[in-house]
Amino acid sequence: MSYKGKFRVWRGDSEGGELKDYEVEVNEGEVVLDVIHRLQATQTPDMAVRWNCKAGKCGSCSAEINGMPKLMCMCRMNTFAEDEVVTVTPMRTFPVIRDLVTDVSFNYQKAREVPAFKPPADLKPGEYRMQQVDVERSQEFRKCIECFLCQDTCHVIRDHEENKESFSGPRFLMRVAELDMHPLDAADRQHAAQEQHGLGFCNITKCCTEVCPEHIKITDNALIPMKERVVDRKYDPLVWLGNKIRRRPA
Amino acid sequence: MTELERHSYDVVVIGAGGAGLRAAIEAREQGKKTAIICKSLFGKAHTVMAEGGCAAAMGNANSNDNWQVHYRDTMRGGKFLNNWRMAELHAQEAPDRVWELETYGALFDRTPDGRISQRNFGGHTYPRLAHVGDRTGLELIRTLQQKIVSLQQEDFEATGDYEANLKVYAECTITELMKDGDAISGAFGYWRESGRFILFDAPAVVLATGGVGKSFKVTSNSWEYTGDGHALAMRAGATLINMEFIQFHPTGMVWPPSVKGILVTESVRGDGGVLKNSEGKRFMFEYVPDVFRAQYAETEDEADRWYKDPDNNRRPPELLPRDEVARAINSEVKAGRGTPHGGVFLDVSSRLPAEEITRRLPSMHHQFKELADVDITAEPMEVGPTCHYVMGGVEVDPDTASSVVPGLFAAGEVAGGMHGSNRLGGNSLSDLLVFGRRAGMGAATYVDQLQERPKIDDADVDAAAADALAPFELEGGENPYTIHQELQQSMNDLVGIIRKEEEMEQALGRLSEFRSRIAKMTVEGHRQFNPGWHLALDLRNMLTVSECVAGAALMRQESRGGHTRDDFPTMDPEWRKKLLVCALDADGVVNVTEEQQIPMREDLLELFEVDELKKYLTDEELPAK
Ligand SMILES: Cc1cc2nc3c(=O)[nH]c(=O)nc-3n(C[C@H](O)[C@H](O)[C@H](O)COP(=O)(O)OP(=O)(O)OC[C@H]3O[C@@H](n4cnc5c(N)ncnc54)[C@H](O)[C@@H]3O)c2cc1C
Ligand code: SF4
Ligand code: SF4
Ligand code: FES
Repeated sequence: MSYKGKFRVWRGDSEGGELKDYEVEVNEGEVVLDVIHRLQATQTPDMAVRWNCKAGKCGSCSAEINGMPKLMCMCRMNTFAEDEVVTVTPMRTFPVIRDLVTDVSFNYQKAREVPAFKPPADLKPGEYRMQQVDVERSQEFRKCIECFLCQDTCHVIRDHEENKESFSGPRFLMRVAELDMHPLDAADRQHAAQEQHGLGFCNITKCCTEVCPEHIKITDNALIPMKERVVDRKYDPLVWLGNKIRRRPA
Repeated sequence: MTELERHSYDVVVIGAGGAGLRAAIEAREQGKKTAIICKSLFGKAHTVMAEGGCAAAMGNANSNDNWQVHYRDTMRGGKFLNNWRMAELHAQEAPDRVWELETYGALFDRTPDGRISQRNFGGHTYPRLAHVGDRTGLELIRTLQQKIVSLQQEDFEATGDYEANLKVYAECTITELMKDGDAISGAFGYWRESGRFILFDAPAVVLATGGVGKSFKVTSNSWEYTGDGHALAMRAGATLINMEFIQFHPTGMVWPPSVKGILVTESVRGDGGVLKNSEGKRFMFEYVPDVFRAQYAETEDEADRWYKDPDNNRRPPELLPRDEVARAINSEVKAGRGTPHGGVFLDVSSRLPAEEITRRLPSMHHQFKELADVDITAEPMEVGPTCHYVMGGVEVDPDTASSVVPGLFAAGEVAGGMHGSNRLGGNSLSDLLVFGRRAGMGAATYVDQLQERPKIDDADVDAAAADALAPFELEGGENPYTIHQELQQSMNDLVGIIRKEEEMEQALGRLSEFRSRIAKMTVEGHRQFNPGWHLALDLRNMLTVSECVAGAALMRQESRGGHTRDDFPTMDPEWRKKLLVCALDADGVVNVTEEQQIPMREDLLELFEVDELKKYLTDEELPAK
């Protein structure tokens, strides 16, 4: 059941680095992260890697496996042939700290630029009433585990450092959409999506949706509806007004 | 003197899980300059993994629910060993803490009339767990994280600096607490990224570091759970209680080997899933203990009717408290009625329609599909016990969360007392909110009352730095990964779910061998993001905590909750009155001593029938009537 797998892992830091080859034991049922851990325990005790839950719930172990942005803990070894070389590299869009660990602070900055949920002034804690159907849209986006794989993938910033300033990336555009669709949020979000978070940069290629490990339909359910709302609003302020009026709870 | 960066705060919170974030929100709202420190990235703490829900007697699903019922359930679940004042505060305040989350932006699942939906869980009389599918922990942590961000946005408006009053130091590990005489004066640690040292000068420290599960081989816990807070508290002179009580969750994955221990949420059973042995029998009916006989169904028919009509039927025995279910599974497997991979079957596929399963249990469906090639809508899961939660922790004052060390507070899994000998599912998330807030308040009040700010002694800083670098000094020693694996194996085998005197003595012997091996281990490479070094430092904490668990377990000669003795199989009311307290002596050796419990307040005692109390209390303790 167990075999010697061929791994090629990027080792290095902000100064530079290289792909290194390893031969390492692989057992039945294992995922890429198991094999990286075995490397640490037996050959490379200082190999840097982030992880926490090992169950696809925390979004820590993001990397690129044979060039595909993935969670290492959810990438099973039986998806590769035994003689296939498995190449593991850090996420490319973010600066490398060491080995597979990147500096993802960009994302935390962008998170801080999205104004927080604005609670309705007239309701006290315990008085919130919302229908399941109305919360479901935002709930889909709240499944996000902040793995930042969508951010890593999006071509607007992947090889365009210069766009990082004005583009928040799919994760945080989706956060704006989430708040916009929250049945009780009292703030105006659509203006900001376009002006401050760079919604206009997105040309709906759906690459972000494809890599999302939570299978959130980022483009179809968050980005496109936001774009539609922004357009509506630009041409017809009544549409926007109407939206807000209808969205107040009974 | 050691070269390091230095920061000054009113309150330093160690831990960014539910307890730490709630504590920090409170301290900041009380006007205190607050730092949050965590080993992982912000938003990745263990709380993110919680699945089932957060218990609070809001009465949305069943209007008969109230804090008294929740209090009774909690005390029963903990076999009356709980700190009753903590259980009381918890039951009373949990609803407000959950509602407050909605004002921060949380979106829980809803009832038909638009309120927060509540689900059934083991040991809870009524549906009580606020939830979002099976990803409640993610909702909780993200909500608190976003509340922190919103406070930072307020500070930005006011000062132009997001981090003026509340800052998160992520991927930063605290290795030592600083003291001035008896009182806390700060915390010392290192940045994981650079390995450089960092010092926090602060009169109040809140420990919210979570649990200890990484000392065991089969566990649902992540690498962060190395008992740092438990060990830091002891080294600072604080005491731990209830360390013998470890919760083995009955349903962890058993196959494939690499995911052994990963949790299968109790909601599977709460929503109708049943446990069967290899003969196809629902074996839990055989394992209802006397103390719970009156509340649990005796036949499959009655148990099945309960899901539809809970007021007129008794609960299915699959929903007994976790310690009971875990022991039952253990016995079935030992008796040869286990599954091919050494567990039992947990079946929801024959109980609910496929679309219902994927709607209610989406992440379980995903987890089994991706990791085990099992479709839970079509076939049963294989499950077995996994080390999940430590009931034991820092001994605290219930109202303020203060430890015996002035300036040191603790909340969440690192605190002890609230759950007694066994925690009910869902009672942790609510515990984090209730006592996280109280710890933040306690720390703020303490700082207000201080006459003089305690100082940090440079010599202590130098000593902490030398300790942290020690593993680099030696050459040719053992690798920390090997020692860690052996430590986990020993704890699993010798101080696991069923315990015996000889085995625990053997464990203590091994632990003292590990102590000398750890002193001599070697770390390769340099200080920049070096997981080998990080593990080496964590190992010392795991060792101290393991010594507490084994020492206390050896002493407690009875079986109760998360402590089962093969040689003392029954519960003993005399032991209920006693807490086992762990402290370090002058030489750094773990000492376990007995302490008397404070008797339960009269009005709380009256919430129970005398017949029930008789099962737990000694005759003298019963109310005089
Ligand atoms: C898989 C799983 C499912 C669960 N499901 C439920 C559920 O449905 N309902 C429920 O009520 N409970 C559940 N629990 C239990 C509950 O999730 C935990 O008990 C709870 O989240 C612990 O929260 P905490 O705030 O105490 O600590 P954590 O969330 O674990 O946070 C600990 C923090 O401390 C930091 N830290 C630790 N040591 C240091 C150090 N030395 N220096 C700096 N920082 C440090 C960590 O980085 C982390 O940020 C579950 C647990 C697991 C494992
Ligand atoms: S759909 Fe938009 S956000 Fe997503 S990857 Fe394409 S351009 Fe980027
Ligand atoms: S939206 Fe999906 S891919 Fe993007 S950060 Fe969240 S979970 Fe990851
Ligand atoms: S380790 Fe948590 S998602 Fe992979």
